[in-house]
Amino acid sequence: MSIMEYNGGSVIAMAGKDCVAIASDLRLGNQMLSISSNFQRVFPVTDRIYIGLPGLATDVTTLRERFRLRVNMYTIKEEREIEPEAFTHLVSSTLYEHRFGPYFISPVVAGISKTPTGGIKPFIAATDLIGCINFAKDFVVSGTASSKLFGVAEGLWEPDLGPEDLFETISQTLLNAVDRDAFSGWGAVVHVITKDQVITRKLKARMD
Amino acid sequence: METSFALIGKGYVIVAADTTSARSIVKMKNDEDKIKTVSPHLLMTYSGEPGDTVQFAEYIERNLRLYQIRNIYPLRPAAASSWIRRSLAESLRSRHPYSVNLLLGGYDTSLSEPKLYWIDYLGTVTEVPFAAHGYGSYFVLSLMDRYHDPEAPLEEGLETLKKCIQEVSKRLIVSPERYKVKIVDKDGVRDIDL
Repeated sequence: MSIMEYNGGSVIAMAGKDCVAIASDLRLGNQMLSISSNFQRVFPVTDRIYIGLPGLATDVTTLRERFRLRVNMYTIKEEREIEPEAFTHLVSSTLYEHRFGPYFISPVVAGISKTPTGGIKPFIAATDLIGCINFAKDFVVSGTASSKLFGVAEGLWEPDLGPEDLFETISQTLLNAVDRDAFSGWGAVVHVITKDQVITRKLKARMD
Repeated sequence: METSFALIGKGYVIVAADTTSARSIVKMKNDEDKIKTVSPHLLMTYSGEPGDTVQFAEYIERNLRLYQIRNIYPLRPAAASSWIRRSLAESLRSRHPYSVNLLLGGYDTSLSEPKLYWIDYLGTVTEVPFAAHGYGSYFVLSLMDRYHDPEAPLEEGLETLKKCIQEVSKRLIVSPERYKVKIVDKDGVRDIDL
């Protein structure tokens, strides 16, 4: 029994053309027993950054509260909104502070970052439970269905997808991967982040 | 074995817990009330490690009371669940964590809505339409998947609850014989005899 798989749940993020998407299932379980089909593990950080927190459910709530505090402190001190790169390092250092007694969460960050020339760039990253960052330009996966998500995403993802195509790709990837994982599923939620809006949709998933 | 469950209906939450107090294989008592009224519109069932349960429940009860004395208003169910969760989550990473599982049923007088939270000893909290703890949960949750209706009137909710109790008595080897049932709605908390 691994503590990382105790509650179940998975998160995936994908980059598109001037947009990113982050999606997660909604199951909360105690090993094989499902408790809730509406457990959110993806949260907004700013208008342009979302974070997904798959892993031990108690730490999902603890870390969400902790990141909210730290981002608020950053915003007040710096008098500006945090950028996805800086936020990812904030996540990483928060987790590494607990190197020898970690939070059992491997986060996924998705956001739109600003380039020095005034343009925008999609940003996705994931870390392990002690904060080792994995920057990716295609997709990142995490959670109990991560091995399945890798396989489906590898087959479906292609570069420069628009918001609607990216939504379709990430949704199909997530739904098909969690159907092969006993610990994930029971509903899904997708956020597509573009330059000026975030589209959130709940997916109708298999409930078995 | 210890079993507790709760379900939401139209404007109410029904909360039930068995009344046995056991030590090893011996039943020491069969009229133990394991549902605490922690504020005027909030009920909490507690189960888990004997000793921890009563200690933690009283700690919660007194702190929520202190909040109400200081601020006139009691904490609403959502706020109370957050505070209780934090107490458990901090305790989890301490030298002697409380091992207490809770169901928190309340009526939010501002939203005029019943609320139910499933809380375990790790500090996991989730809002649910129905919930259970203990060995009974393996039978009761699937039963409530079939029969639970969030818009059901009180009589129908109590019927569902009776089905749950019957199922546990029928299928669980060491099933409890008696249950304490309490209801919270807009008028506050009251006991129910099944």
